[in-house]
Amino acid sequence: MRFRSKRWSDATAGQKLAAAAGLVFLHAPVWVIVLYAFTTEDRTYQFPPPGLTLHWFEVAFAREDIWAAMRLSLMVAAVATALAILLGTLAAFAMARRQFAGKESITLLFVLPIALPGIITGLALLSGMRTLRLDPGFWTIVAGHATFCLVIVYNNVVARLRRIPPSWVEASMDLGADGLQTFRYVLLPQIATALLAGGMLAFALSFDEIIVTLFTAGHQQTLPIWFYSELFRPRERPITNVVAVVVILVTLVPILLAYYLTKPDDRG
Amino acid sequence: MIELREVSRAFGAVVALDRVSLTIAPGEFFALLGPSGSGKTTCLRLIAGFDHPDHGRILLDGEDVTDVPPFERNVNTVFQDYALFPHMSVAENVAYGLRVRRVGSAERRKRALEMLDLVRLGDFGDRRPNQLSGGQKQRVALARALINQPKVLLLDEPLGALDLKLREEMQTELKGLQQRLGITFVFVTHDQGEALSMADRVAVFSQGRIEQLDTPRALYTRPRTAFVASFVGSANVVAGMLAERLTGRREPFAIRPELIDVLPADGPVPAGAVSCAGTLEDVLYHGASSRCQVRVDEQTVLAVARAESATVVPLPPQGSRVLLAWRPDSSVALEAD
Amino acid sequence: MLRPVATFFHGRNAFYVSLLLLPPLLWLGTVYLGSLFALLMQSFYAIDEFTARIVPEFTLATYRQLVTHPANVDIVVRTLAMAIAVTIACGIVAFPVANYMARYAGPKMKAFFYVGVMLPMWTSYLVKVYAWRLILAKQGIVSWGFTSLGAQGALDGVLATPVVGGPSLASSYIGMFIVFVYMWLPFMILPLAAALERVPASLLQASADLGARPGQTFRNVVLPLALPGLAAGSVFTFSLTLGDYIIPSVVGAPGYFIGMMVYQQQGTAGNLPLAAAFSVVPIVLISLYLTLAKRLGAFDAL
Repeated sequence: MRFRSKRWSDATAGQKLAAAAGLVFLHAPVWVIVLYAFTTEDRTYQFPPPGLTLHWFEVAFAREDIWAAMRLSLMVAAVATALAILLGTLAAFAMARRQFAGKESITLLFVLPIALPGIITGLALLSGMRTLRLDPGFWTIVAGHATFCLVIVYNNVVARLRRIPPSWVEASMDLGADGLQTFRYVLLPQIATALLAGGMLAFALSFDEIIVTLFTAGHQQTLPIWFYSELFRPRERPITNVVAVVVILVTLVPILLAYYLTKPDDRG
Repeated sequence: MIELREVSRAFGAVVALDRVSLTIAPGEFFALLGPSGSGKTTCLRLIAGFDHPDHGRILLDGEDVTDVPPFERNVNTVFQDYALFPHMSVAENVAYGLRVRRVGSAERRKRALEMLDLVRLGDFGDRRPNQLSGGQKQRVALARALINQPKVLLLDEPLGALDLKLREEMQTELKGLQQRLGITFVFVTHDQGEALSMADRVAVFSQGRIEQLDTPRALYTRPRTAFVASFVGSANVVAGMLAERLTGRREPFAIRPELIDVLPADGPVPAGAVSCAGTLEDVLYHGASSRCQVRVDEQTVLAVARAESATVVPLPPQGSRVLLAWRPDSSVALEAD
Repeated sequence: MLRPVATFFHGRNAFYVSLLLLPPLLWLGTVYLGSLFALLMQSFYAIDEFTARIVPEFTLATYRQLVTHPANVDIVVRTLAMAIAVTIACGIVAFPVANYMARYAGPKMKAFFYVGVMLPMWTSYLVKVYAWRLILAKQGIVSWGFTSLGAQGALDGVLATPVVGGPSLASSYIGMFIVFVYMWLPFMILPLAAALERVPASLLQASADLGARPGQTFRNVVLPLALPGLAAGSVFTFSLTLGDYIIPSVVGAPGYFIGMMVYQQQGTAGNLPLAAAFSVVPIVLISLYLTLAKRLGAFDAL
């Protein structure tokens, strides 16, 4: 038996290659889409693309239905995020440290919206709407989004709150600040980044949401819904690609920002 | 000044304080001493207002403050982890107590810098807490706690995180500060050396009760219980049959190791001394002194501390029979358990 | 100012907590839990065959229809099979990446990999599905790749495989499988990398020291310790595949999946009870899987 002694910190070439291949596999499709947004071909998915152009961007920007869908998506995301920040923060403060009866069940409740598959949430909301005889519309879409956005903000804020030593709150009160002042001067600055990050994550996820939205929207078209319908009734494919590029940018930027905000740093 | 009346506090099944009563006089440097879990920290937190007793009352300056929240009490605390706010500068930290009382920002900064001068950190105002050393953080915490001119300053294990040299420096500094300010200091510690050297009076806690409340000297020379005798300094506690044989009483007694003499087994017993024979089991040399373990009977080993000096007789070899002797008034009668 | 209010709340723990929790609980309680309850109720209703209206009376008829109708059972089995296949494949494909990230990558490379795995994870779901539709299409990249390698025959052969093949990759189970694996791969890589990171290097050295070859070390030391990470990742891949309805409809063969059934039944077929009953299946399956995963230590690895 030949025993090949190697340093444990060195990966073999094969391992490095496999890891790199995995990473490329993850990224390639997105780059493909971006490439296709510039193709001159307008009906098929020909590869390699015959030529590159910005023409489709112009066409897309002139389309009113795309703008309408974009506006709706942005509004829904904004309102859902605002609701989520308010409700999520309230819940986080209640749950961060104090013990009370039923806390575990409530913790479970706050995990369900992201733990259960989207289709169940969607169908559940639809059942709820039917039972209450509610018509689908802007507010039903917002209701669906706010539910899981709330959970995202809550998780971010509660994690940050739990890292704050209880002695800080006691020190603040010891020095004469009541609960409200302690919140304003000591707690709020500390959770600010977590709040912001949670909010941005919620915004991005709401903007991109399709699964639940298909159940809760009536004739409204959010951008993802527009996109989805284009998948089945293709009109001008490259325009879909352009919209895809826009969606990538609009969702990726807040997510990257949220990531950098919550990266653990050495500040207290 | 501070009075606790029959205060009890339990956390679930664990009794932290059991009908504790004590009074701390104004201007005193008072220590709450005890091992972890003895209730001393709970006691401090009750005085500060971070906790509410299950029974009993807490009075500050004659006023019942049991139900008063910490932000309304004229008591300030220096925390064990200093609890400095990382998003504020040192000066802003110190000025916090004034900011909360809505003092103007110029006035705040002036008084904060004054306090920092008091703790000899005058130039550190614009630094951030994470740029400070442990000792500096503690002084900032001190300044922050004193800016509201409280009548009582509470300190939770203030010297625990400091290294030896710094600890000794801070001991002198704290004592000096207290005398200059003239306010009551109450501090919690598990280090009996600290308590003895700094405090005017010490309350020794064990399992939620105060075993003894006395001056350091009295605690050391006249401990009342076996716990106090062995926790404050080291002591030999002799009980049972041996105690009866040596003192004629059944109650246990304590004798400090440094008050016992080791004499040759066949030598004369000094007049009036209490003596008993034993086997020299172990000797640990500490340079200027040695510590001997002498087995007196099956259950009892007495520790003897001998200082080296020109006149002392050298010890016989390990395993030899020796005679231990001490003056009858060196031993302290203890309360039976 | 507000001092008396603050003093009032101080120490009144239960009051404070309930006041804070009330709005979010109200929301989650009514909107979410209420809807879930409505869903469950619907599954116990049935459609009147003549009027095609929902009869709001408690009945097990819909469930009976679910489990006895062979087409319905097919759907469940098909979805379950795909979920299991995808989970296994994700575990295998994720391993080299996670292993490298956890054990061999230096700090900068590790951070690079983390961002590199997270970016595609957070890229829009629909865009990714759409991208694969294009890639797998008849004149798409994959096809182009095979043709330029002269391996067109191989591709045709694969597509001719019964059951899993199809007219093109973009409308076959193989294609669907590839897309599923792609989509959930990051969800497997991250927990797996975290679990692998927790394997102390000294264990591997000890194993080699005792004479084990790399393969044996892997089987006997690394794999068992990585199991919680695999279990945690598998929770995601399993439940996400089970409930998905978009990927099967965009990149898929004619056969129905649970998600698609749910969507279709509540929509055009107007059979909300049946849709509800179908959606209970993933809930049950996922709960079962969660208990299994918990036994394997998945929750400690999350």
